[in-house]
Amino acid sequence: MPARSETIAALKSAYPQLTESEFRGQTRVVVPAEQLIAVASILKDERGFDLLVDVTCVDYLNFRDAEYRFGLVYLLASTTGNERITLRVYLNEPHLSVASLVSLWEGANWLEREVWDMFGIRFEGHPDLRRILLPEEFTAFPLRKDYPLQGRGERHNFPVLTRNQG
Amino acid sequence: MALELPENVVVSKLDSLANWCRKNSLWPMPFATACCGIELMATGASRHDLARFGAEVFRFSPRQCDLMIVAGRVVMKMLPVLQRIWLQMNEPKWCISMGACASTGGVFDTYCVVQGIDRFIPVDMYVPGCPPRPEQLIQSIIDLQDKIQLEGTISGQEFETSARQQRKRALIELPVLAGLPPVAR
Repeated sequence: MPARSETIAALKSAYPQLTESEFRGQTRVVVPAEQLIAVASILKDERGFDLLVDVTCVDYLNFRDAEYRFGLVYLLASTTGNERITLRVYLNEPHLSVASLVSLWEGANWLEREVWDMFGIRFEGHPDLRRILLPEEFTAFPLRKDYPLQGRGERHNFPVLTRNQG
Repeated sequence: MALELPENVVVSKLDSLANWCRKNSLWPMPFATACCGIELMATGASRHDLARFGAEVFRFSPRQCDLMIVAGRVVMKMLPVLQRIWLQMNEPKWCISMGACASTGGVFDTYCVVQGIDRFIPVDMYVPGCPPRPEQLIQSIIDLQDKIQLEGTISGQEFETSARQQRKRALIELPVLAGLPPVAR
């Protein structure tokens, strides 16, 4: 269901330049990167969005009419108010960093680590920004569109064991 | 002990005795990482009954196993674990690569999935299928028993022979690796 008009009004009263849109009953608000934590605080403290459902990212490289390289997606839900909203934050190289939301929702910790692991977006203020899925030694960000599907040889960069070893 | 005796008579009999003991008491190490592992469990369960071939004692400690069954895809983060477990197993030991993913990477031709475990550890038997039926796995164990009976020696010389024939396939097929920094060990 779309977000309530009171939620949109609360955001607009604090940040009038925010743009919201609705598609198939889902409300989306585009937030500038520097205002993300303030907007998220309003949603959490004033509108009861107590659940961060997901944090993910889209790489718009070679995308038709795209102005930005990356688009972060924050899916928020209010379990008491039965309300959902999506925040979008657009980033361009070389400024691939945004404020971490771990201070608001503890669940952002691993979600942001996954976005860092796959896309290389830095989350400023994250308490433990390490890779979460790939090995620590991995140097690339494999879900970026300019990363080859079959990798750059990482999968075969291991010693070969023969029969006489062990 | 055996070397003091005429080699072509006594050693071959000891070999076949050892092979007979070894092939009928394979203790599998289930390295089951994906859906092939479900078929592996079905093979060990009562309907297909791997106990008929003396290989029903699945042990999760590599120190107690002599047959590694790699069932499922192996990703680059899992490969060092696989190699460590293989090194921890006692000689003589054998390896079955079960299913398309373990043998070739299967449909997962992506940056993180190893394209065939035989690039990094020695493999004795390949089982095709996605996933293979338990009958196929049983057939591969029977074939491995034949291989042990026909090729095995009590001193494990067949392993050293295959070591001399080892080809470093993982590095031959990807020459671009040379100019890249090491990202994983």
